[in-house]
Amino acid sequence: MTENNKRLMQGNEACVEGAIAAGMRFFAGYPITPSTEIAEISAAKLPRIGGKFIQMEDEIASISAIIGASLTGVKAMTATSGPGFSLKQEGIGYAIMAEVPCVIVNVQRGGPSTGLPTSPAQGDIMQARWGTHGEHSIIALYPSTVKEIFDTTIRAFNLSEKYRTPVILLMDEVIAHMREAVDLPDISEIKIYNRKKPSVGPEEYKPYKVLKGNIVPEMANIGEGYRYHVTGLIHDESGAPTNDNRIAEELVLRLVNKIENNLDDIVYYEKYELDDAEEAIVAFGATARSAKSAIDTLRAKGRRIGMFRPITIWPSPKKQLTELAKKVKRIMVVEMNMGQYLLEVERIAGKYTEVLGYGRVNGELVTPKEIVRFVEEG
Amino acid sequence: MEFREFRLSGSGGQGLILAGIILAEAALKDGKNVVQSQSYGPEARGGASKAEVIISDKDINYPKVEKCDVLLALTQKAYDKYISTLKTGGVLIKDDKIAETQKRDDIEVYSVPILYTANEVLKKPMVANMIALGCIYEVTRVINKDSLEEAVLNRVPQGTEELNKKALCEGYRLIESVKGKVCHEI
Repeated sequence: MTENNKRLMQGNEACVEGAIAAGMRFFAGYPITPSTEIAEISAAKLPRIGGKFIQMEDEIASISAIIGASLTGVKAMTATSGPGFSLKQEGIGYAIMAEVPCVIVNVQRGGPSTGLPTSPAQGDIMQARWGTHGEHSIIALYPSTVKEIFDTTIRAFNLSEKYRTPVILLMDEVIAHMREAVDLPDISEIKIYNRKKPSVGPEEYKPYKVLKGNIVPEMANIGEGYRYHVTGLIHDESGAPTNDNRIAEELVLRLVNKIENNLDDIVYYEKYELDDAEEAIVAFGATARSAKSAIDTLRAKGRRIGMFRPITIWPSPKKQLTELAKKVKRIMVVEMNMGQYLLEVERIAGKYTEVLGYGRVNGELVTPKEIVRFVEEG
Repeated sequence: MEFREFRLSGSGGQGLILAGIILAEAALKDGKNVVQSQSYGPEARGGASKAEVIISDKDINYPKVEKCDVLLALTQKAYDKYISTLKTGGVLIKDDKIAETQKRDDIEVYSVPILYTANEVLKKPMVANMIALGCIYEVTRVINKDSLEEAVLNRVPQGTEELNKKALCEGYRLIESVKGKVCHEI
């Protein structure tokens, strides 16, 4: 690639570019700062490539629309922020239960409620994990640069297609709104995963039966002759609702395990200066950028410190965090909330090493200086 | 001194975010790493507005500008708010109507009629941002002139290319005319 392919791109724009590269052809949304550009740019771009954009009446309608679109075989996405993410939880649960691939972007902002519309926050970590009710697993990805937003949006689509599950893309206002150089790969270099279509005819098709060698049921497009029932109720292999306790347990476990048993495929992360590290920071998104600057400063002063940055924050990188915990004297979790991911790191790493948390909730990005101070004094 | 962090401040509607984007795109053409961000208040026009650009040969991690090397101020309000964020040894480029209420002897000051030139010479208030970019170039030389002019032409609406180039040149000229008269007090 030459210098000329580099483009200055906004984070929200990179999200749309990634989605389109992954095959998104349907977007439904209700604009909300700081995610609005994702809807705007989708509205401008999708009609030109044979896709559809719909501005719905609200966030619940938006996620319902993308679930419907996806059932017809189209890759679909919606984007929102804090208050809208709360509203989408109902649909996220439905997509989990009905195994409908789709991508939900949440560009976080200060909360609770309408909070600080234009300011960054990382307050939706636990909501991404447990926002929708009922026992379930979820995939949530968290990019840290504009280029990584592009790549991670593609990954979000690929994982949602492969595991037939909604994937949440958590973003920070800071990166969503800033512009950075992006070197977009050639479309032929991008790996795209498409859902498996039925290998049997309509008469034999069981929409929720996992065939041998598959991770998830094969998915027929609505409208192509495969008639089946889609429901949020516990259902059997035919899709029909049932109260059978054995089937209920099997289904819930299958939905959880299709994610939890494939962590090596789903968990992405970055290690920064960890080889000889005696202490480590855990951070994600924009906060990880501040942490990198802080680590450079601390290393220049002779401190052996590094960072583990989960890109997949849910399911959590248990194996990697356990390894890290056994190696370092302490782990410091830095995040723009009062310790949400800290809980998860403590749960995994707490029995092996000391775990400390540093948080802030004033609507400003944590600065490298305060991380340095925390490490030196904390 | 190394000009790494730029803060372009004024009021909403003066096109400072576009100026920030153009500055970043010009630096990108030069092969530099760049990050451009902006304060993003709820108000669209009239309020204090700022765009920030970081230009570096190295990777840019922390993407925000705290203390800046170069401060552009187009309004009194912006000057008042941000003058304390200029580093020692930094450069202030300000519209000459702005009163230097907080005199600092540790910075370099270029006070030039940016808004007057836009309003009265070019008769197009909306090109104040391009004049300012011309000033920033002429003071810092942090980007190549060709890259800057190319970046401007890529971003401005069709039919306004000549006007915008002229505005850039006015910016160069404003600085040339005060160079040597700059208060170097370091």
